[in-house]
Amino acid sequence: MFTDFFYTLKNFGVPVTFNEWQTLLDALEAGMAGSSLTGFYYLSRALLIKTEAHYDRFDMAFANYFGGIETPEGLPDKIWEWLDKELPQIEITDEMRRNHHQLDLEEMKRMLAERLAEQMEEHHGGNRWVGTGGTSPFGHSGYHPGGIRVGGQSRNQSAVKVAGMRRFQEFRTDETLGVRQFQVALRKLRQFTTRLDGARTELDLDATVNKTCDNAGRLELIWERPRENGIKVLLLMDAGGSMLSYSRLCNQLFTAVNRSNHFKDLKVFYFHNCIYDWLYHSSACVQNDYTDTEYVLRTYSPDYRVLLVGDASMAPYELLKVGGVIDWDLYNDKPGIDWLRQIRQHFEYSVWLNPVRRDYWDWMEGSYTLKTIASVFPMHEMTIDGLEQAIKGLKTKQAVQAI
Amino acid sequence: MSKKSVAYKGSSNYIVADELRNAVNIAIALQKPLLIKGEPGTGKTMLAQSIADSLDMDLIIWNIKSTTKAQEGLYVYDTVQRLYDSQFGEANVSDIKQYIKLGKLGESFLADEQVVLLIDEIDKADLEFPNDLLWELDQMSFYIPETKETIKAKKRPIVIITSNAEKELPDAFLRRCIFHYIAFPDPEGMEQIVKVHHPSLDKRLMEQAMETFYTLRNVPNIQKKPSTSELIDWLQALVVGGINPNRIKQEMPFLGVLLKKNEDLDTLLNQLHGKAQNRGGQQVNNLNRYYR
Repeated sequence: MFTDFFYTLKNFGVPVTFNEWQTLLDALEAGMAGSSLTGFYYLSRALLIKTEAHYDRFDMAFANYFGGIETPEGLPDKIWEWLDKELPQIEITDEMRRNHHQLDLEEMKRMLAERLAEQMEEHHGGNRWVGTGGTSPFGHSGYHPGGIRVGGQSRNQSAVKVAGMRRFQEFRTDETLGVRQFQVALRKLRQFTTRLDGARTELDLDATVNKTCDNAGRLELIWERPRENGIKVLLLMDAGGSMLSYSRLCNQLFTAVNRSNHFKDLKVFYFHNCIYDWLYHSSACVQNDYTDTEYVLRTYSPDYRVLLVGDASMAPYELLKVGGVIDWDLYNDKPGIDWLRQIRQHFEYSVWLNPVRRDYWDWMEGSYTLKTIASVFPMHEMTIDGLEQAIKGLKTKQAVQAI
Repeated sequence: MSKKSVAYKGSSNYIVADELRNAVNIAIALQKPLLIKGEPGTGKTMLAQSIADSLDMDLIIWNIKSTTKAQEGLYVYDTVQRLYDSQFGEANVSDIKQYIKLGKLGESFLADEQVVLLIDEIDKADLEFPNDLLWELDQMSFYIPETKETIKAKKRPIVIITSNAEKELPDAFLRRCIFHYIAFPDPEGMEQIVKVHHPSLDKRLMEQAMETFYTLRNVPNIQKKPSTSELIDWLQALVVGGINPNRIKQEMPFLGVLLKKNEDLDTLLNQLHGKAQNRGGQQVNNLNRYYR
């Protein structure tokens, strides 16, 4: 019956599966939503949403689908008490449906206010006063198409209003967040070495005990190959002037990468706007403290995962021309783009993280070079979602997608 | 929900929000595990205790550590004891059953009355851990090959699982759970919670302390925000220290109870002394090129 809602959720990017939907329908059948929208809101959220990161999307989808349904607040307590009684369902006939023309919300609110002023006693059934059952537009468990539900299970706020408040916005994973979140995301970047090769150096205690017991007490030692993270990371960061505005974000990422002690090896280099013949050792890009890019390409094995961080925006000549390097006392024989292509070619896994929001990529200054670079490296924006995608890309070989 | 025989209503020493209570009741009615996430100090672990108290059931806690294996929750076969007995003891070694020790999950299955089972901090364990429990939590039964026995739950326990989101849990596992995120309580909710712990607190002190507390939480760039338990400790300290309520906002006494990281104290001081324009000064040094 709410099948549309299912698709609305999907459209808003909530990953709902059919099984969960089925559970929701079962729960509704069992009357667990308490025949109110608020009940339905909490029930469906508990059943369909599995991470607080999706609460906001759910709220938006819910408000979108059920928008326009409201209940007034601030009713006298006594009326709440009268309404707090459940009634059996009533049969709805076509005639009843015809008798009730749709009232508009404003008019109904006005009528409700009038009736509240007049009504002095408890009321159940009937068609005028605020009460349970019956066909008055006001009250609950009764029938009136488009009436105002007053009372029943949801006393405090209409579900649409709760959803409309979007209290969980801050948990969206496409927001940029702190060091810890980066760390959690980076933790996914691991790949254990197989137990198929390497020396058996680790004593497998459980197997040893079991084997020894099997032998009725004659000691037999079982050795196992240790498993460890085999991922090696090469982090290349842009330290150019245009990156200054993102320094906080980049610092958080840098701290997170540094704190992640689960990599087999971590090497960090810096570059100024684009990579040329030199990779600097410090973020100041001091000109006598560098390693040749050629050397890096020669010595680092292709299984290093390369994470490039930069805004990828510069003057086109910096990227495409011989001698385009921005430091005016330097000269490059090979255009920057060739170096980038070479890095992409040499290392099997590489991604580019861009601190600039994806919305701006099309029209920001430097969007030309950004697009050129994005045609070489898969580019993701530097948010938790983006980082997670990037990390997926570092675990599996990823094709460059046009943006 | 009136026809349900068991419905959780909260207990005297634990304030439960309507949303959370709903989620608990949904989980109980649908007989699915309830997965609880939330900031530290929002009472995730306390919830299970409260459910057990309110429904008058026993609580079985399975604390998960990074080394915990799913198998340990079911049963452990004490082969070493058996070996020992076979060589030195008089016990009947051929009776394997006496060497099978049930884990917490097994214990909760065999309980005669319905119990509440708390699987605490499931995200601490290995990535595969939740997947290893799928079948057991779904079917509420498991098989012990050594004794050719099947352990089946006499009464399906109410399963509460908490997570600090250190690791993402596998989708297959999530699909089987009811999920609820405990949001940090707003000032009114917090006032109620505090009253449970400090019933006779000076009103003025409470007001001032709460205001300071929420101001602190809203300071940007604080890494470890103070949580409920820190507020309660802090109030205790204020009372014991006999601090004049009027001084709380200006002086923020015993700040160390609320903020536990040096960086956070620095951040706060920076903010208070209007050095906001120099925020992250250290980071600026890192990237000290001003031209492109």
